[in-house]
Amino acid sequence: MDKTIATLHQAVAKIPDGATIMIGGFGGSGAPVELIHVLIDHGAKHLTVINNNAGNGHVGLAALIEQGQVDRLICSFPRSADPRVFTERYLDGRITLDIVPQGTLAERIRAGGAGIPAFYTPTGFGTTLAEGKQIEEFDGRHYVRERWLKADFALIKAECADPHGNLTYRRAARNFNPIMATAATTTLVQTSHIVPLGAIDPDHVITPGIFVNHIVHVPNPAQEEDLNRQEAVYP
Amino acid sequence: MTDLSEIKLSNAQIAWRAAQDIEDGAYVNLGIGFPEMVAGFQPKGRQAIFHTENGVLNFGEAPEKGQEDWDLINAGKKAITLKPGTAFFHHADSFAMVRGGHLDVAILGAYEVAQNGDLANWSTGRGGVPAVGGAMDLVQSAKRIAVLTDHVTKKGAPKLVEKCSLPLTGVKCVTRVYTSLAVIDIDAGRFVLREKIPAISRDTLQALTGAPLHDDGPVKDLICPEDLA
Repeated sequence: MDKTIATLHQAVAKIPDGATIMIGGFGGSGAPVELIHVLIDHGAKHLTVINNNAGNGHVGLAALIEQGQVDRLICSFPRSADPRVFTERYLDGRITLDIVPQGTLAERIRAGGAGIPAFYTPTGFGTTLAEGKQIEEFDGRHYVRERWLKADFALIKAECADPHGNLTYRRAARNFNPIMATAATTTLVQTSHIVPLGAIDPDHVITPGIFVNHIVHVPNPAQEEDLNRQEAVYP
Repeated sequence: MTDLSEIKLSNAQIAWRAAQDIEDGAYVNLGIGFPEMVAGFQPKGRQAIFHTENGVLNFGEAPEKGQEDWDLINAGKKAITLKPGTAFFHHADSFAMVRGGHLDVAILGAYEVAQNGDLANWSTGRGGVPAVGGAMDLVQSAKRIAVLTDHVTKKGAPKLVEKCSLPLTGVKCVTRVYTSLAVIDIDAGRFVLREKIPAISRDTLQALTGAPLHDDGPVKDLICPEDLA
């Protein structure tokens, strides 16, 4: 078994218009910038994107939004150092925003990957974000019912992958990547290193290969933060 | 009206005061911005362990300029550093720590705090782009929820109120408020005054507070170091 494919373009070629896509990362940390940029080249439109944020500057997720490819964004915190691309489109009504508390977003994704259609959380009880949702009392406390989140594709940034798709991550770039890898029909991974089977100590595997469909080698990936400091614009 | 700018505590002093209440070994989450200053004022001999939502426990201070590793940031997207004992984990585990009640203290900012402990800190309700982040998760689940805030708004209106007028972040969640003028507990649906700066009278403090201040034992003087960075 070898899940490696040769080019980024091949990885995203099957993403259709209207797809729901989870994109890993928290701000720029763990954001699969190269996969996002090739998705811009590919040109799929009317996408629903699930990410913690709404992009920063004019690269990565912000660039995907700027190209008009995203109809709907599900996120917890659509603010950044330079959120103008999202903000303008949101205030114009050109993009729909579903705001989800960060822990609820993470758990909805985890539940999606784990086959749990709904769960109860204390988060949001008594707030506008719980309106219209089922409330239940357990042991004297109130909880809000939340639904799982799943996606057609997940775009993931890993540090190290073997041919089976076993993955490790670097530092805090882990964040949403391992849970998103579990919750999509097709999980696409860009990785800084591809190593032979057995080269990742089984004790150190964070995402087991069963959750991964395709791996592309992207050595020395760009950091969104560095691109923004250079005032980069994509494309 | 009293000119508060002469007598009120600085943000650093409010953060210093909050830091004095953090026990040795406590697991603590600090909100983005001004609450992050608390980490710099831990009393000698105590070591709290700081949690950040994006999946790091026990991180170190900001790196020197030019030494940033952008895979290593906190929830405010600022660069942090490793130190012995740092741990990384994914977002679902991070919020299992939060929601599961494993954090001893979460310290946040506020637009309004009500006498029953309701907190409004995520939306001014005036349109614009809503952004909640992890605040709603934190306020429902950490063992103690402390708020750091100016006692009044920039226009002088009370931030401690009978009932919040802005969209809520959480209900009956705040346990203690550290303001620029006082330390106030929330107990059984009431504001209980614990400490106030000596330069303000009890009557003036009450006039600047949107709900009754109650006593439960002596009110101490709130005195902070002057020379905080």
